[in-house]
Amino acid sequence: MNFDYSDDQKFLKSEARKFLDARATAKVNRAVLDDPTKSYDADLWTAVAEMGWLGTAIPEEHGGLGLGHVELCAIAEELGRVVAPIPFASTVYFFAEAVMLAGSEAQKADLLPKVASGELIGCFATSEGPGAVAADRLSCTVDGGKLSGVKIPVTDGDIAHKAVVLASEGGKPSLFIVDLSGVTRETLKTLDPSRSAAKLTFSGAPAERLGGVGEGIALMEAVFDRAAVLIAFEQVGGADKCLEMAKEYALGRYAFGRTIAGYQAIKHKLADIYVKNELARSNAYYGAWALNTSASELPIAASAARIAGSEAFWFAAKENVQTHGGMGFTWAVDCHLYYRRAKQLGLVAGAARSWKERLVSQLERRNAA
Amino acid sequence: MDFNDTPEEAAFRSEARAWLEANAPKVNLNGKPEAELLKLAKAWQAKKAEARYACITWPKALGGRGGTPIQQVIFSQEEGKVGAPRGFFDIGLGMCIPTLMAFSDDATKERFVGPAVRGEEIWCQLFSEPSAGSDVAGLRTKAVRDGDDWVINGQKVWTSGAHYCDFGIVLVRTDPDVPKHKGLTMFWIDMHDPGVTVKPIHQMSGGSNFNEVYFENVRVKDSQRLGPVGDGWKVALVTLMNERLAVGGATGPNYPELLSLARSTPSGESSALEDQAFREKLADWYVQAEGLKLTRFRSITALSRGQTPGPEASIGKIVSANQLQAMSTEAMEVLDQYGIISDPELAPLEAGFQQSVMWSAGLRIAGGTDEILKNIIAERVLGLPGDVRVDKDVAFKDMPTGL
Repeated sequence: MNFDYSDDQKFLKSEARKFLDARATAKVNRAVLDDPTKSYDADLWTAVAEMGWLGTAIPEEHGGLGLGHVELCAIAEELGRVVAPIPFASTVYFFAEAVMLAGSEAQKADLLPKVASGELIGCFATSEGPGAVAADRLSCTVDGGKLSGVKIPVTDGDIAHKAVVLASEGGKPSLFIVDLSGVTRETLKTLDPSRSAAKLTFSGAPAERLGGVGEGIALMEAVFDRAAVLIAFEQVGGADKCLEMAKEYALGRYAFGRTIAGYQAIKHKLADIYVKNELARSNAYYGAWALNTSASELPIAASAARIAGSEAFWFAAKENVQTHGGMGFTWAVDCHLYYRRAKQLGLVAGAARSWKERLVSQLERRNAA
Repeated sequence: MDFNDTPEEAAFRSEARAWLEANAPKVNLNGKPEAELLKLAKAWQAKKAEARYACITWPKALGGRGGTPIQQVIFSQEEGKVGAPRGFFDIGLGMCIPTLMAFSDDATKERFVGPAVRGEEIWCQLFSEPSAGSDVAGLRTKAVRDGDDWVINGQKVWTSGAHYCDFGIVLVRTDPDVPKHKGLTMFWIDMHDPGVTVKPIHQMSGGSNFNEVYFENVRVKDSQRLGPVGDGWKVALVTLMNERLAVGGATGPNYPELLSLARSTPSGESSALEDQAFREKLADWYVQAEGLKLTRFRSITALSRGQTPGPEASIGKIVSANQLQAMSTEAMEVLDQYGIISDPELAPLEAGFQQSVMWSAGLRIAGGTDEILKNIIAERVLGLPGDVRVDKDVAFKDMPTGL
């Protein structure tokens, strides 16, 4: 049995933590959060690119480090811990994964080195309005290689150079790679301004198909599976950080003549967070294994990682605010950075509600077989 | 990251598997009365001891194999697959004998360890009392010094297996004039002593898995004392350290059974499995159940790497007991009016969910209540302070008492 990070992976993770503790402080997040004109921290992005992290799972032949997805998961966990204000998820978990999954050799050779070096910010555009994405409701269309329609919200759509877009061509949903330089973009007001999002309006933008005709929904789901596992690690990292913040505050806060960390109402709350975090971590590890080995269990493993990760982070984030009492509700204290990010990550790859349905459908099939 | 054995582990697994295939009794244990199961279990334990598969991690001199914790895990996994009769020796070998080994003299060890390993003698643990549950140190059974002996009077409760056990370790009060933790002493006793009376407890679930044990002028020698007089609490902590290894997670129907039940139960135009509210809950329980299984894999990984498992192992019982109760409740809901039927001839799964809805209430209490387990996670894992103790400096005899 070898169901944990290896020593090398643990070393990578601890190096990542040292780096991010120094470079991705809450102040860095707040600089983006507090400035409506700022969509991400460009210096941190450059530094992360220089570390080679963007190409962690990209093969060496395409300019990456050629490590595995477990290494990328280890880095994701650390990025989640510090609520890093950079387009890492959009570029690496969505865009690069979509290209690696469905791209032609030419597309991979063109795009992956640019992702690995940090010169290309990517994004993944699927949503068109309220409700989960569905094949029969797609209004974005491609005709003669030109894309028209609206995508909203697209995380990092305002800063990305290229997008992978779900659109229908001749009535069939497919994925397309679209250069965003001539596209109309409008930055949106969102719950977590430390991660930007945009409305993209396409009016005949050149679109190059990624993957087969009519494979759009299946590919989108496959990309979501991969991104869900990686995001689950950000969620686990964030949830663990929330537990540490709550613990530290409770130990230092005195009420009724003693530290509030000694009251069972607080102790049991923190124990509940711990239990959820551990279950989320175990489910995330299983997702990492499935992703790294391209196991047929990936859709089920990703669903479980997504559900457990989303719920653990949200629970930890909201109870962290609660443990901080009135202070937790102020702008000055960092609790809300995690409260915001928990919601952002919990929705960006589809709501847990949809994933639960997806999981049960898979279980039904497995149970019937 | 993978789920594979190392080459050494794989070799041990195939060796264990071959031995089990050649030696495990091929009997159907379902529905057998306890006396018969006990007989089979004793014979099986003796066979395992002879081949040094009992107590794999213990030194060879004590009847073990001198093996590693991961070998114990592997053997248990394989033993579970062949359906061998077991469970009678877990408390004795997991808790009592380790306590004996830590605190008794060589002659006592010589006398008891071998027969326990071979399943010839079974041990129980006598700590809980009617007025000392979560607060075990508040116990009232007393031992009074009489020459070279001690005389024990009082009552224990929730003693698993007392009705078939030969010996037990018992925690008693030897000094009521000092604060509660300081006046306790541990002894080993002979359960066949005429002053020991064992009465089964009739549980709300209908069965009787535990006992009350009464002591009436039970005379023990001072040489039966484990550890110094007044040091019983420290001794008990050694015993309890092993408890969570001996008390496993919940067993009973799980999400696959609930899925099948919903699929075969009509609802509206289709089956209960099509109900969206049900599906969301099923997803949650799958995620929890798999999360627990995978968390155990993380602990086993630590053993496999020669490390001590992390604190994540502490979440098992609290999650599984609550989940079993919640899933069983949902199964009743799915069955609607029919859900009240607990006749195994009529209810789906031979009334497995109906039994679990009753049994799970006890599981949330046994081996540490939900509330105590949360305290343990908060204090030992997260390092939060213990509760304010109003009884710390009060002589036991002056402590207020209730029910």
